[in-house]
Amino acid sequence: MTEGIEKIVPPAGSAYVVMRIAKICQQLTRNYSVMFGAIVLGFVIFIAIFAPYLDTMDPGAIDLAWRNNKPGVKHFTILPDGTVQEWTYRMGTDTLGRDTYSRVIYGAQVSLAVGFLVAMLSLAIGLVIGLVAGYIRWLDAIVLRLMDGLMAIPGILLAITMVSLVNASLLTLILAIAIPEIPRVVRLVRSIVLSIRDEPYVEAAVSVGTRLPMILLRHLLPNIVAPLIVMGTYICGSAILVEAVLSFLGVGISPETPTWGNIMAEGRLLFRIYPHNILFPGIFLAATLLAINMLGDGLRDTLDPRMRKRL
Amino acid sequence: MTDESKIQPILEIKNLTVDLPNDSDRIHAIEEISIYVDPCEILCLVGESGSGKSVTAFSVMGLLPKDQLTPSSGTIDLMGENLLEVSAKRLRELRGARMSMIFQEPMTALNPTMTCGDQINEVLVTHTSMNYAMRRAKVINILGQMQLTDLSSIADSYPHQLSGGQRQRIMIAMALVLDPVLLIADEPTTALDVTTQEQILRLIKEIQHNHETAVLFITHDFGVVAEIADRVVVMQAGRVIEQGPAKLVLKQPNSPYTKMLISSVPNFVSHCRPLTKNAPIVLATKNLCKTYVRRGLFQKTREIRAAHSVNLEIRRGATLGIVGESGSGKSTVARCIARLIDPTSGHIYLESYDIAQVSQNSLRALRSRVQIIFQDPYRSLNPRRTVGASIIEGLVNYGMSKKEAYNRACLLMPLVRIDPDVLNRFPHQFSGGQRQRICIARALAMEPDLIIADEAVSALDVSVQSQVLELLDDVRRRLNLAVLFITHDLRVAAQVCDTVAVMHRGEVVEYGEATRVFDNPQHEYTRALFAAAPGRGFDFANVSIST
Amino acid sequence: MFGFVVNRLLATIPVMMIVTIFVFLFLRLAPGDPAAVLAGDNGSPQQIIEIRERLGLNQPVLVQFGTWILGIAKGDFGKSYFFKKQVSELILLRVEPTIALATTTLIITILVAIPIGVIAAYKHDTWIDWIIMTLSVVGFSIPAFVLGYILIYLFAIEINLFPVQGYKPLAEGFWPFLHQLILPSLTISAIYIALIARITRASILEVLGEDYIRTAYAKGLKPNSVLLKHALRNAAVPIVTVIGIGIALLTGGVIVTESVYNIPGIGRLIVDAVLNRDYPTIQAIVILFSFFYVIVNLLVDLTYSLLDPRIRY
Repeated sequence: MTEGIEKIVPPAGSAYVVMRIAKICQQLTRNYSVMFGAIVLGFVIFIAIFAPYLDTMDPGAIDLAWRNNKPGVKHFTILPDGTVQEWTYRMGTDTLGRDTYSRVIYGAQVSLAVGFLVAMLSLAIGLVIGLVAGYIRWLDAIVLRLMDGLMAIPGILLAITMVSLVNASLLTLILAIAIPEIPRVVRLVRSIVLSIRDEPYVEAAVSVGTRLPMILLRHLLPNIVAPLIVMGTYICGSAILVEAVLSFLGVGISPETPTWGNIMAEGRLLFRIYPHNILFPGIFLAATLLAINMLGDGLRDTLDPRMRKRL
Repeated sequence: MTDESKIQPILEIKNLTVDLPNDSDRIHAIEEISIYVDPCEILCLVGESGSGKSVTAFSVMGLLPKDQLTPSSGTIDLMGENLLEVSAKRLRELRGARMSMIFQEPMTALNPTMTCGDQINEVLVTHTSMNYAMRRAKVINILGQMQLTDLSSIADSYPHQLSGGQRQRIMIAMALVLDPVLLIADEPTTALDVTTQEQILRLIKEIQHNHETAVLFITHDFGVVAEIADRVVVMQAGRVIEQGPAKLVLKQPNSPYTKMLISSVPNFVSHCRPLTKNAPIVLATKNLCKTYVRRGLFQKTREIRAAHSVNLEIRRGATLGIVGESGSGKSTVARCIARLIDPTSGHIYLESYDIAQVSQNSLRALRSRVQIIFQDPYRSLNPRRTVGASIIEGLVNYGMSKKEAYNRACLLMPLVRIDPDVLNRFPHQFSGGQRQRICIARALAMEPDLIIADEAVSALDVSVQSQVLELLDDVRRRLNLAVLFITHDLRVAAQVCDTVAVMHRGEVVEYGEATRVFDNPQHEYTRALFAAAPGRGFDFANVSIST
Repeated sequence: MFGFVVNRLLATIPVMMIVTIFVFLFLRLAPGDPAAVLAGDNGSPQQIIEIRERLGLNQPVLVQFGTWILGIAKGDFGKSYFFKKQVSELILLRVEPTIALATTTLIITILVAIPIGVIAAYKHDTWIDWIIMTLSVVGFSIPAFVLGYILIYLFAIEINLFPVQGYKPLAEGFWPFLHQLILPSLTISAIYIALIARITRASILEVLGEDYIRTAYAKGLKPNSVLLKHALRNAAVPIVTVIGIGIALLTGGVIVTESVYNIPGIGRLIVDAVLNRDYPTIQAIVILFSFFYVIVNLLVDLTYSLLDPRIRY
């Protein structure tokens, strides 16, 4: 009976999984795009977390005597005990005499929080809707129409509109930025579900009596994880951008909160004379976005090469 | 190269080695290959997948993917010119004019956004200085030689508007419009239906004769070899195993490998089996219909009758084959019976219970009794789950504990001749044939009454195919299963089926005992189908090895 | 073909309906009584009741929705709370700069993006490809308002090549008009060029792996005629699709850029409207931009059959 059984030598399943993960990690560290993105983003995350310890002052502290200083100007304060405290405005000050350096450093907090939370929220909602739409035919048409309608309203416009309804707090801002991103996630998830639900292995699972929830969980979800990570990265970048745009236009989070967009909005009027209030936060914003986009590109190329054509 | 005669060969490949990229499982794609093609002859290059036959062809055309495959030594002489050393410009001049190539899949090999006439015309524009009228006349003329009708409208149509056979004729016309001395045909009929294949083979032979072209014909199918070859070269794992005149190689192969390959080809004769007439009917369909309807508000409603009024019966312990060409509806019937799609009307009796219209919920209890094995072994197992998990999935669904299910799977593995120790491996660690056996194990684990094999061996190499067929038959006998065997391959059907249904355009045109149908086909279409099978007169199973 | 056009037109109706319903609900959700807002700070209760009557705010929601939709169909978007003018009038006054900006941006984008995408694909995996792709990620990552100020700083303040801000209508002559538009258009097109160049490169690379490209080489064609005659044509559908989807990016770019360059267009109008909670104006502009998006994408769909003969309806 056991005659003719083939001996197969490849490594066992668990060892294989470890090998595979190690291989992916190795590929990721070899990808210059991923490495660049991860290092720059890591730096931004670092300054966001450790903002109070990075030789910053209170980002909201107004000092009308020291308005509109160019970068590098030194500030001396004579303390009551007679000692002189020296402070350098590394990036100058704004029209209210606030230290731009401190504001830029603290600005990373809002940007990253918005980016991360928007990505999580829109991925979670989009995933559920997309799975359901992809597998329940009659719902598909309705969901698709709704999403088409939502997609037709340009994202920034939709966010601006929603923010105009209620005063912008961090929470409403996140919602307003996340909602326009949902249709993109739904479409991605749905397209993957549609391409995989006709795979023979899914049909085989159906014919051995696997119920729908298990099919989604076991056979479809694992295929969606990598594209979702990639898309989440892009959404994170786009959310940071939209938040900055809203702040810049003056409809975002309240102007006292230091965000890159707010600093730039504040610096607009005197841009010709004091460009530093636009340039420094602008550079930080662009560098963060560049890091996230490059990370996204690198992740896409290593985790999900097929996604290239979907951009 | 025994006879060093006066005839100068058209193509002579000497000691050609092509390297594979560094991380591959072997160093060379092909190694020290020496073959030649004489004027006016058809040389068949035969081998299983991975034998290096296509690499050989692409090296001649200079179409190897640049950074992956590089010829490292040897020469390729086309009428005295070493193709490995000529300039890129000279190579372009030769391609399409002196040597040309046709490919396996005519649909993807033709540019979908250009008309067929334009694509042929492009060859003339590139290589000649003819004016428009002359070129058009030449295009029409070559299309005429391809035995096409309504030439100017064919020239003005796009590839997707034509049938597979017509497309392949366009490819051949494009290849031959400038009368090249060498035509390379890379599996040109593999993607085609049997009847079309026969016509195309005949056409190639005729054209080759008229134009006195030398042909390098690549195939995996010994039926085709028997049909068309003057000489044969057999390749295995990048090396030439054997070469010689076709008749000799087919009848008295020198090497054991060739003999194994040839004897794996099922004979086109149905063998008698003890009748199973009295066994109980496991599954019967009555007037089973599946119609696809495409509706548009302002567009014509299109109805496609994929299956119409199909009546079949399968008895315990017997194999029913459904044969037909692509689009005949054979897979539709199989998928209706497995209830992967819902039939439009009619009945499917599983024993006495009609499952045609029952809801998904009540169907679940019955799912285990009908199991299906699919064509593509690479896609029928979830690549992210271990094969063990795939096998026990069904058992666990029906309430068995994981441990118990796993034990059951272990007991099952010897039956499909796979070591139970490998249940914790992932699918891509297995070969195609092994995967297909794992799929059989998954089906068997459910203890079904009926197994549907939907083109289950079509994607496998001929030697692997015969192993899987044997296994399936063995399992059927041991477990007294009913098998519904869907195939386009008449030889395979002849080998395994007790009863056969021939489908054509959604209808069963002939249905009866296999011996009767194969020996004495009644319907016109069945006869045409059988007549088209390549190498039908050849007795592959009983080749002898020459000493 | 005709059937398809009709069908496709009909298919836009539900999308437009969803947009209008959303925008209408938005007005209903807006805090505050529109009548009170219109009456202004000194409005008497009597006036408020009158205005309410006139606007039909007492009627059932469905009736209100109906009259509102009918109004839109006639081009009547109501009266602006803030500018105290008919919204349609306001929009007409502001539409020229926006259209001008969008058109020049689109032209610059297509003229630049497709050639560099093709070059990157052709020089795949060389330093040229590397530079183009790196530039495109950078272009994709610099926000329009940052880029806008950088361009102003470099080309308007440091070297006095272009005017700093503002807009000159076409009526004042074509060259002054164009001269003013160049910097803002470049600002918006950066991200758009990056997007289109990337998709052009990606879809051409995808096509270059197709069997018919191999056939074209087997015919003895030169690499560049394979690229232009066979690859580009077959890569066109995804490129055109992304140009259509990119209209959303363009809209965002217009809003921001008009603020940066002080251009009195619709983008500025909506920012002013949002800052002043001028709901009728916001509604009208959202609907306008959305309809524009839907129509552009409808046109994109219709061009598919011209680009790819397999798509027949």
